[in-house]
Amino acid sequence: MFDIDNINEIWQTIARNKTRSLLTAFGVFWGIFILVILLACGNGFNNGLLSQIEGFATNSTFMISSPTTEAYKGYQKGRDWNADMSDIEAIKKIVKGVDMVSPIYSQWTYNGENNVFYGTKGGNFSLKGVMPNYIDIDRCKVLYGRFINETDISEARKVCVLGKKAYEDIIGIDKNPLGMMIKANGIYYQVVGVVEAYNSKVSISGSMSETVILPLTTMQIAYNMGSKFDFFVFTTARGYNTKDLQKEIKNLLRERHDIAPTDEGAFVCFDFEEVFTMFEFLFIGIKILIWIVGIGTLLSGVVGVSNIMLVTIKERTREIGVRRALGAKPGVIIRQVMSESLLLTVLAGIVGLVLGVGIMAIVAGFVNNMPSDDVMFLDPQIGFSAAIAATIIVILSGLLAGVLPAIRAIQIKAIDAIREE
Amino acid sequence: MLKLNNINKTYFGAQPLHVLKGINLNVEEGELVSIMGASGSGKSTLLNIMGILDNYDEGDYYLAGKLVKNLSENQAAEFRNKFIGFIFQSFNLIPFKTALENVALPLFYQGVNRKKRNLMAMEYLDRFGLKDWADHYPNELSGGQKQRVSIARALVTSPKIILADEPTGALDSKTSAEVMQILREVNATGITMVIVTHERGIANLTRKIVYLKDGLIESIEENDPDKMDFTKAIK
Ligand SMILES: Nc1ncnc2c1ncn2[C@@H]1O[C@H](COP(=O)(O)OP(=O)(O)OP(=O)(O)O)[C@@H](O)[C@H]1O
Ligand SMILES: [Mg+2]
Repeated sequence: MFDIDNINEIWQTIARNKTRSLLTAFGVFWGIFILVILLACGNGFNNGLLSQIEGFATNSTFMISSPTTEAYKGYQKGRDWNADMSDIEAIKKIVKGVDMVSPIYSQWTYNGENNVFYGTKGGNFSLKGVMPNYIDIDRCKVLYGRFINETDISEARKVCVLGKKAYEDIIGIDKNPLGMMIKANGIYYQVVGVVEAYNSKVSISGSMSETVILPLTTMQIAYNMGSKFDFFVFTTARGYNTKDLQKEIKNLLRERHDIAPTDEGAFVCFDFEEVFTMFEFLFIGIKILIWIVGIGTLLSGVVGVSNIMLVTIKERTREIGVRRALGAKPGVIIRQVMSESLLLTVLAGIVGLVLGVGIMAIVAGFVNNMPSDDVMFLDPQIGFSAAIAATIIVILSGLLAGVLPAIRAIQIKAIDAIREE
Repeated sequence: MLKLNNINKTYFGAQPLHVLKGINLNVEEGELVSIMGASGSGKSTLLNIMGILDNYDEGDYYLAGKLVKNLSENQAAEFRNKFIGFIFQSFNLIPFKTALENVALPLFYQGVNRKKRNLMAMEYLDRFGLKDWADHYPNELSGGQKQRVSIARALVTSPKIILADEPTGALDSKTSAEVMQILREVNATGITMVIVTHERGIANLTRKIVYLKDGLIESIEENDPDKMDFTKAIK
């Protein structure tokens, strides 16, 4: 279809009316350009948000005990209660579908005074007592040594894992921290590891990079907590429903702590999965909207091409008639008109695509190199598949734009050329 | 070569107009025929039917022994491309193509490759003294040159028949004479030719003159153009 002769034929007709062809093509160019820009920006926001929650187990829920809101079994409402280690064991044993449960106790720093020291160098950091599996929920990179392990827990060892910032501030990046003794809230701990949070935006009670992490048992002893903790996090195993697990866990705890079966206020729950799902839907919605707007813009470009080509065909009645008289078959005419529309559309579309992708690549270059941690906009580019889809859409719109003009063109008979004056 | 039996044609416009009311005509191979008649007598209509540009309502039309009736668009296109060359009063050259490209166009529709096409087109342009004008666009040519280009275009596919509707209608007398000279030479090579004209002088240069009146053939006159004084023949 696209040999030199045909291209030449098509090009002649397109080039004959350069301004008009250009204006026509602009509609398609603009449609694709806008589509690419919008898609890329949508991806940028999506990536930005994903980078904020990156590293955090998206199937996790955290639960805090809260004073009861209903009187039950002789207890007044408003009673304080606390989940403890035996509840964790019970959840592990009884509730099916719970992947991990991890209790946490954290000691906040209120007054901003330095509370963690290495020698005389100090800093202000919160302490967090965790179980070894905590690193699978609030994921982080181990820079030195190791994370808290089972022995630390069972022996309530006085060891700690420093967050990256704590390490840098009180020890300094050029020193191997392993084995060093630091003092936190007046107690000495031996450093066994340094961790860095994958990201600092989503975290439970402070970023891992800015905490001193202790074995939960050690901390419970140090702060006289018995077997209590602040709250716990659980993750949902594949194939189970988080809402169902929440219900089961609540029921279990109600039973174990004499809380009314209807008391919802005795728990504060935060379901990350729900939030993530909401964001996911939000982005799917945005994407659909973008495609609708983009395709709409493109469609108006297509209508433009179609319209102008109809006018052109009308003006070319004589020429087309002469071609017919000289032996051009209807198929040849259809092919020529369709090719014209296709060539015009595809050229314009490719320019739009390339320009859009190019501009967004430059924008991405700027955005990705911004030093800020607070990026809500990251890597705004369209994927390969979206580019392919856009190309296919351009080709289809080229064909679509040519249909009406082609139909009009074959209605022109040779006799019309001779009659027209 | 051409055989028309009782051809009828009615235009269904605001009022139906019965233009051809039963035309019977034979044109033998190699003949040079002219059709004359008053304006509106149906000359062009008849020629268009002969050229399969238009269809007819009644009768039979045979072209080179084949019945031309209810042809599909594709068949008609093929017939025209193979058998018929057209020459129009208003030349009908494609304005954005050079003389060479215009002449080569029918060959393009035959699927002849570019090189051969241009070679053949150039040969025909050369034959009519237009070699130096090959790369010129129609608007850079005189009327006579344009008509010579269109004759070259009509001949390039080696058709059996040339149909010319007032080929000299837009030309002055001197150029008309030149064009007629060319057409006569073409006819001398054995190509059948039908020329519609309302100029007596042009008709006098053909061997057979068909007079059309009120949609019927009034008379057919045999003519010997060689007896004519050529300079007097045209006006
Ligand atoms: N497409 C058409 N629709 C309706 N009427 C038509 C059409 N074409 C031609 N006619 C009418 O048919 C009649 C014959 O037209 P035609 O063109 O054959 O005449 P002609 O003999 O060639 O005249 P002229 O010498 O002026 O060219 C005219 O009256 C014309 O008005
Ligand atoms: Mg006429």
